[in-house]
Amino acid sequence: METTDIIKPENLVYKKPALLKDVAMHYCPGCSHSTVHKIICEVIEEMGAEEYAIGVAPVGCAVFAYNYIDVDMIEAAHGRAPAVATAIKRLQPDKLVFTYQGDGDMAAIGTCEAIHAANRAENIAMIFINNAIYGMTGGQMAPTTLLGQKTATTPYGRRVDLNGYPLAISPLIAQLDGSCYVTRQSVHTPAAVRKAKAAIRKAFENSMAGKGTSLVEIVATCNSGWKLSPVEANKWMEENMFTKYPLGDLKNV
Amino acid sequence: MNDKVKLMKGNEALAISAIRYGCDGYFGYPITPQSEVLETLEAEMPWETTGMVVLQAESELAAINMVYGGAACGKAVFTSSSSPGVSLMQEGISYLAASELPALVVNVMRGGPGLGTIQPSQSDYFQATKGGGHGDYHCIVLAPWSVQEMADFVWLGWDLAFKYRNPAMILADGVVGQMMEKVIIPEQRPRRTEDQIRQQCPWALNGRKGHRKQNIISSLELDSHQMEKNNLRFQQTYAAIEANEVRYQAIDCDDADYLIVAFGSMARVSLKVKELAAEQGIKVGLIRPITLWPFPYEAISNAAKNAKGILVVELSAGQMIEDVKLAVECQKPVEHYGRFGGIVPTPEEVFEAFKQKLIK
Repeated sequence: METTDIIKPENLVYKKPALLKDVAMHYCPGCSHSTVHKIICEVIEEMGAEEYAIGVAPVGCAVFAYNYIDVDMIEAAHGRAPAVATAIKRLQPDKLVFTYQGDGDMAAIGTCEAIHAANRAENIAMIFINNAIYGMTGGQMAPTTLLGQKTATTPYGRRVDLNGYPLAISPLIAQLDGSCYVTRQSVHTPAAVRKAKAAIRKAFENSMAGKGTSLVEIVATCNSGWKLSPVEANKWMEENMFTKYPLGDLKNV
Repeated sequence: MNDKVKLMKGNEALAISAIRYGCDGYFGYPITPQSEVLETLEAEMPWETTGMVVLQAESELAAINMVYGGAACGKAVFTSSSSPGVSLMQEGISYLAASELPALVVNVMRGGPGLGTIQPSQSDYFQATKGGGHGDYHCIVLAPWSVQEMADFVWLGWDLAFKYRNPAMILADGVVGQMMEKVIIPEQRPRRTEDQIRQQCPWALNGRKGHRKQNIISSLELDSHQMEKNNLRFQQTYAAIEANEVRYQAIDCDDADYLIVAFGSMARVSLKVKELAAEQGIKVGLIRPITLWPFPYEAISNAAKNAKGILVVELSAGQMIEDVKLAVECQKPVEHYGRFGGIVPTPEEVFEAFKQKLIK
């Protein structure tokens, strides 16, 4: 069989979403961000929402999310994405409004805004990338860094007496009456990617249905920050991160 | 009696005037002496009439970032606060300026520094006119001296903000926010439709309808050469504002022997000082800067040509006086009289200071 016999529209099982811009990404090889960006683009495309989707990018590695996701986007000050999204959605209720934040943005400097947006039941979808480290600034401790985990600011491992405990954001949001859907997913296997995509779709649909705030936490790898190969990082995540941050739905109403 | 004339507090007039402008959203956090703005808006329930959004945010940080989000949608949005709260908002105001977004911020000043006092002050002049947040930027700063101007400057502030795609600030002091006067509020104007916003603000975030190109609102630019170009563009905007938008009121300056320069409530007190001086045969002119940035340097310079001296009256230890000295290039005696910590001087007290400092 010739290649030309295979490359036909009816045989197409996978393609890059049109909303994922055709540019080189700044993310490290092995990073989870690019996969999450891709499935966000797929979901928006499949919902036919590119004409009414508005995204809010964070400060952190994903600060350039708007360079890759081809919908209207704004870059918020560090931690303030849920406040920015609150106004966008309240002023334009017919839009699909989502935030994209890392663990510094949502779990440290912006915890207040995330909790209050969810408590007000803002009809936004919050995507939360938890890789237990600060990637952009060079691998410092995050609030979600595991006990014993080495980072640039916990060079001998995170200690309770010095640094306190790892912060689990999803249970905090899940207990609020204003949240309608809180789930933890990952994107390190094809099956996980499919589940994460379904979760993002559900969160986006909730935003449009006016059901309240959705949070999709993606437990993610930062192989550069963790100083592991991409494959080793996936293994380390499964063995360590999933114990503290177990996958699955925390709330679905 | 004209039934359009109402008796209102400055803060209330400002709130009602904002609804009438066709404002799309207010985001604020209570703080004395300006909480009537949020209270009035909540009581008016404009979401039932014009569709305006009113939201009590969890903090001033959240409020200014909600304004950032709303302004990015091309909406007419505003927040209000008082000095400590406005300090918290400075990062957000810098983002608004850097992202070239039109928005309105109201500061009803109280005495500082720190938590300070809830009584009136004008000690945020430096913060308002010289930047306030990080980076090279300016807000257009309007200083009302009456309840009527509290109402009018809401409209002017938004008009200028949209004209130049730059944040505007109403810098009122606690006196102007709290005092009651007669005021006429403009008639209700409809809020703009999405189609109108798409036409007037093609940069706004409202979705890629009709497959239009993606709109991005961001203040980030890691390429230094491009970032310098962005800064040069901002400076061009500021130069245009300085050329076109200087506003002031000059009262009897032409044949005055002395000048008083004051803004806001201190200009009202100074108007009385001028009368006290006239009773004793002393000709005093009053210059009241209406835009604190851009500052009326030229007007003050011209008015000062034949003056023997200038008194700057402020509710601060002396902030605007630096701009007045720049205006006259230190070629005239420029003296300052100020009270702070929330004390508002009487006209008699200011007149005594005037005589002591300039006539001797």
